[in-house]
Amino acid sequence: MVRSGTLILSVAARLLLPLQLLFSLFLLLRGHDAPGGGFIAGLVASGAFALYFFAYGRQALSAMLKVSPRDLVAVGLLLGVLSTLPAWWFGEAFFTAQWWTLPIIGFKASTPLVFDIGVYLVVVGAVLTAITALADTARTQGAND
Amino acid sequence: MQLAILTGFGLAFMAPWLHRWLGRYTPLMMALWPMSIAGWLALQWPVVLAGDPLLLEWAWVPALDISLNFYLDGLAWLFAMLISVVGALVLVYTGEYLKGERDLPRFLVIISAFMTSMLGLVLADNLVTLFVFWELTGITSYLLIGFHHDDPAARKSAQQGLFVTVGGGLALLAGFVMLAQAGDSWSLSVLGQRGEQLIGHELYTPILLCVLLGAFTKSAQFPFHFWLPNAMAAPTPVSAYLHSATMVKAGVYLLARLHPALGDTLLWEMTLSLVGALTMATGALLAIRETHVKKLLAYSTVMALGTLTMLLGIGTRDALVAFVVFLLAHSLYKGALFMVAGILDHATGTRDVTAMGGLRGAMPRTAAVACVAALSLAGLPPLLGFVGKELMLTSLLGALPYSGLVLALAFLGAFLTLAVAAIVALRPFFGPVRDMPVTPHEAPLGLLVGPALLAGLSLLFGLLPGLLDGLVAVTVSGLGVAEPGVHLALWHGLNPTLGLSLVSLVLGSLVFCYWGRVRLALARLEPVMRHGPEWGYERLMAGLVRLAEWQTRWLQNGHVRHYLAMTLLVLMGLVGHALFLRHRFEIDVSVDAYFHEVVVAGLMAASALTACLMRSRLAAVAAVGIMGFCIALTFVLFSAPDLAITQLLVETLTVVLLVLVLFRLPRFTRLSTPVERWRDVIVAGSFGLLMALFMLSVLTADALPRISDYMVANSQPLGHGHNIVNVILVDFRALDTLGEMFVLALAAIGVQAMLRFHSDNDVVSSERTTRGDRPHG
Repeated sequence: MVRSGTLILSVAARLLLPLQLLFSLFLLLRGHDAPGGGFIAGLVASGAFALYFFAYGRQALSAMLKVSPRDLVAVGLLLGVLSTLPAWWFGEAFFTAQWWTLPIIGFKASTPLVFDIGVYLVVVGAVLTAITALADTARTQGAND
Repeated sequence: MQLAILTGFGLAFMAPWLHRWLGRYTPLMMALWPMSIAGWLALQWPVVLAGDPLLLEWAWVPALDISLNFYLDGLAWLFAMLISVVGALVLVYTGEYLKGERDLPRFLVIISAFMTSMLGLVLADNLVTLFVFWELTGITSYLLIGFHHDDPAARKSAQQGLFVTVGGGLALLAGFVMLAQAGDSWSLSVLGQRGEQLIGHELYTPILLCVLLGAFTKSAQFPFHFWLPNAMAAPTPVSAYLHSATMVKAGVYLLARLHPALGDTLLWEMTLSLVGALTMATGALLAIRETHVKKLLAYSTVMALGTLTMLLGIGTRDALVAFVVFLLAHSLYKGALFMVAGILDHATGTRDVTAMGGLRGAMPRTAAVACVAALSLAGLPPLLGFVGKELMLTSLLGALPYSGLVLALAFLGAFLTLAVAAIVALRPFFGPVRDMPVTPHEAPLGLLVGPALLAGLSLLFGLLPGLLDGLVAVTVSGLGVAEPGVHLALWHGLNPTLGLSLVSLVLGSLVFCYWGRVRLALARLEPVMRHGPEWGYERLMAGLVRLAEWQTRWLQNGHVRHYLAMTLLVLMGLVGHALFLRHRFEIDVSVDAYFHEVVVAGLMAASALTACLMRSRLAAVAAVGIMGFCIALTFVLFSAPDLAITQLLVETLTVVLLVLVLFRLPRFTRLSTPVERWRDVIVAGSFGLLMALFMLSVLTADALPRISDYMVANSQPLGHGHNIVNVILVDFRALDTLGEMFVLALAAIGVQAMLRFHSDNDVVSSERTTRGDRPHG
């Protein structure tokens, strides 16, 4: 059902993908102080991959991703759970946010950021899982018909 | 310390990798972990002995009063020590017993997770923490019983054990919640000091019944005893560890722990002593019927658990001393005997005692170990089992108004146990040599270390019971007895108890000599037995399945429209109830809107209506899309950029997903009658109306404080972020977000599973048709 797109779509997807992914990272990192955050960034990134998928098809998407979307979900969940643990180490209640400032670049590192990255990965993974599953079904059905 | 215990879960996680590096030495290396825990416990001994319990605090969810505090008093020390020492020995034994087993890593993962949970259970001071560990032991036990998961009988036994204990666990949870409310604390050590407040509370009876149900199912008390013998489908190290020395004692541990809080009433005494005595007698009677060596031991474990419960029910100082000694004695000899049973299984290839005989020549060391352990089981001097049994019988004499009945049952249990001990130890090793499936050979060192050490401890403590004085005294004082001076001795002089022991020795020997006839006589009871508690369990499960089928047909018949209507109706009921009956219902309908807001609202209404009326699917999707964008526009108008972005992105992705499924869907058809359609219109319309009223009433009511004020004020100082939405998501309400993440992940797995399953079905069915067609075509 989904075939390689037209020339315009292919070129646009190729050019837009890195921009969209960069933008999603930008949204992810600035999320704590300005509109953005893991969920929105994850949606933007999924949109980017979806566009690529429409332009080049299922195989190309898997080849580019290199990992299974399901693994992204798993890693995201793991990050989410891991981010709850440092507080224990410092003798505070489970899930208490911890903040550190990286010395040279002055970047605010924190457990909420790790958690947000987890959210990002889960969102991307879940959407891509749904898309690839639907595409696979469409293909097997096409083969059957 | 908590961290040290929790590293056990890390160890469980690492087990497969450890196995890759260390190979067959993995269990030995992993045994170092429980040994180091035992070492730590030994270091704490002076503190515990001095009578001031150790309280190790660690916050978990302070807002809900849930902590990971550990409380180490005499009782917890005794249990934790047993768990870690027997655990280490069992791991050593496993290394030899499951040598070459392909699934050894899996076994090690589960058993070390179990060990950790069990340690957590006995050390936890908080009711919620205790419950979490309690359920973890139940789940790991389920996985271990079903370790040979390709065997349907093992699967069934595992499921039975799980259902019985988890069913009890639910009651326990309810009991704990009520207990915490009545005692005004979630801490076990605090509740232990509020005994009078709890006993006087109106919820006392339901609390007690719920807690007892949980403890009785876990500790296999009558009428829930049937799952324990079936659990013998597990590999022998598991039977030795979980189903005799540790997990089944969790229920008894809980009862002992709550004895100061809930004990000391007639209801407690009656229930515990009668159920305990009944369990004793049932276990002993059923044990005599068995010839399968592990089931024989399992029924005798049931009997021992009954004894422990009964002693707690009697609750006098003597009874509690007997409780502690009997508990220790039982863990030592029963662990050893189970390991011997495993050795016999390996050496002879059979588990039927009647098929074994004359093994003394081939396996002298095993025979020696078995005899020492069995002497302790039989309650004969000079072993710890004798001390325990003497104390038990002494405490029974004249302790209760109805002690005649309890004493009779206990006496029955005692002499039948003696016969069981003789069957286990004498039958396989003495008498004529029989043909066995495998030529018997002496067990290797790895298998013998565990049982030999446990049996040796039984002998040591039996000969020198004074060694235990301190431990017993401090444990008993933790159970709520003020006067702790305890002096254990092997010889108590000539007294009625010794007479009872002698009579039971004679009767037990008689039963052993005429075992065949006794079995035949008991076999006549078979028709009655078949309608026992296990039959009731089967009937209950069958009934549950029927009920589930019926309600699934009714509520979840596979039509999305049906689900939707059901969900909306339930929601309407709840919201309507809250809105009209629970609150003052007032709304302010004065319209105060700008022109563009009215336009957006009108557009939304129009697109909703269009979506309903459209015949073409694509047009309907487009209409719904318009509505989504209007909602995003509303967010923009009310300055919520994050929500607007999210809404836009979600709309976009929805369109992408819809495009993927759109071509595969059938055309719109009329599936419902006009009456049904009008019904649906009414449901949908009234739901919309209700939600509108609800929103208006929320906006009108100013009485409730606005939660967002707190968020706005604290976003920067506490959350270090200016974007309140994101601070709420990842910090203030991060737990909710974590839950949502799991929901999302499950949804993704669900989508994939459903589509994969569906397409596999298609492939299979199409293959089937082609294959079916081929002969004809």
